[in-house]
Amino acid sequence: MSKINVVARTGNEAMAEAMRQINPDVVAAYPITPATEIVQIFASYVADGLVDTEFVPVESEHSAMSACIGSSAAGGRTMTGTSSQGLALMAEILYVASGLRLPIVLAEVNRALSSPINIHCDHSDTMMVRDAGWIQIFSENAQEAYDNMVQAVKIAETAALPTMVTTDGFIISHGMERIEIFEDKDVKDFVGPKKLGQYLLNLEKPITLGALDLQDYYFEHRRQLAEAMIDSKNIILDVAKTFKDKFGRAYGLFESYKLDDADRAIVVMGSTAGTAKVVADGLRAKGIKAGVLKLRVFRPFPKAEVAEALKNIKAVAVMDRSDTISGHEGPLALEVKAALFDSNIKKEVPDYIFGLGGREVRLEDIESVYKDLGDIIDGKSKDRVTYLGVRE
Amino acid sequence: MKNLIEIRWHGRGGQGAKTAALLLGDAALAKGLYIQAFPEYGPERMGAPVASFNRISPKPILLHSGVTNPDVVVVLDPTLIESVNVTEGMNENGILIVNTERAPKEVKSDCGVKGDIKVFTVDASGISKDCIGKDIPNTPMLGALVKATGILDFKEMLEDTKHKLEKKFKSKPEVIEGNLKAIERAFNEVKS
Repeated sequence: MSKINVVARTGNEAMAEAMRQINPDVVAAYPITPATEIVQIFASYVADGLVDTEFVPVESEHSAMSACIGSSAAGGRTMTGTSSQGLALMAEILYVASGLRLPIVLAEVNRALSSPINIHCDHSDTMMVRDAGWIQIFSENAQEAYDNMVQAVKIAETAALPTMVTTDGFIISHGMERIEIFEDKDVKDFVGPKKLGQYLLNLEKPITLGALDLQDYYFEHRRQLAEAMIDSKNIILDVAKTFKDKFGRAYGLFESYKLDDADRAIVVMGSTAGTAKVVADGLRAKGIKAGVLKLRVFRPFPKAEVAEALKNIKAVAVMDRSDTISGHEGPLALEVKAALFDSNIKKEVPDYIFGLGGREVRLEDIESVYKDLGDIIDGKSKDRVTYLGVRE
Repeated sequence: MKNLIEIRWHGRGGQGAKTAALLLGDAALAKGLYIQAFPEYGPERMGAPVASFNRISPKPILLHSGVTNPDVVVVLDPTLIESVNVTEGMNENGILIVNTERAPKEVKSDCGVKGDIKVFTVDASGISKDCIGKDIPNTPMLGALVKATGILDFKEMLEDTKHKLEKKFKSKPEVIEGNLKAIERAFNEVKS
């Protein structure tokens, strides 16, 4: 087992620390507002000679991802970081990265999208690119942000898929917490040297990347991308197992918190999961069997596993920190409901859209969701979508 | 110590409310405790009211909601009392520590303190001017907080803060010395 060092770090510092230990070949970034400190901290590591990374300061996030694609295609281990509008500006190029099957790792801090202008936490940015062909891993706290970053490189390179690791803006990114970090050499060993498959700078075996691909092969390549995403589920689990063997902490596709005997459960992602666990514990002290399903991996979506975990629970609610503005549920609820439907599980699953633009989610808010679930158990029906904590 | 202690720092932009929370978090971590330290992010302007927060616990902290019912409130600038309800949401047996020359009894009536909230005062600005040459009340208030709450061992806290300051002010040893003296004086001079 690896030696650990207990330190106080913000989520941003934790992610930058993981990047330093991974020591990628290239980091290309541009700090659009609202940027986080992740890349800034990493740039100081470059300036101080603590990493061997070629740091490419570009003029926009669109260019940052483009430079990452060039670097990754050439065979370099490549990372970047962004948030909110920056991720939105990258969106076009995110699709190029996944289409070319480039294992770029992105540290993403979940924040609201304009307008109105806002820099605080919600999941709108990450959800906006949920169909971009990137693996998406959510973190509850700074520790998970660090652990997920360390795992992401291995996941991305094994799956040949770009991977984003997210934390909640401000709540985790700017909040300092106790975390355990590993020795540099242990992270280096875990990540291993980059396995080079096909790459542009291989002069022995020249290839073309990003060529025109019309009716004849485009469809097959997209199908392969979809298959890679399906396959990545087991890769994520394998990497988690190796991580647990080496570092001791267990990760899965999601965390089942007191679900075994629960009669009511909330499905939620990110930092709110921790708060929901505290509320569930409080209810359990009063004899109410509450649980939490904290989704870690949103892409690939672990459909069958989520349905299996929820099948025996009488009442389930989803809390969505973003909205689809579709007249229906938020993105997480749509996935959960589809999962239940396909497993022939018929349940009323109310969705609670919450915390947009950093709106505080209080213990009472989460308690009210569990109370609604109690009402459902008692045979009362609830609204399909509730905007939790909004003034109206 | 009780399971979870929640602390709210009130200051004005530039007074170091965030740094105080970070330093306290670091010192508690060094003692093997679980910690959170986070500022309230609003428009950041020099002189505008700001707040920052700590959670300290012997067990892992899962809560990621805001601190609404603090056990301890520290006020870095006494003029905030006129514009901000510094005792808002405070627990009945809470501890209020104010940087002021006034006596705890006077502050108690200024703030309309109810119940069993204990009030402590210390002239952290005066101490800071003496020891550091500037009005930076955040580090001395750390000393006052440790005295008033007893949540950390003073010597250990001082030692850890010294390490942190040594990293931050490598080229200014006089700043480190001044800060440590200020923390110690505030620890000794805080009144209840």
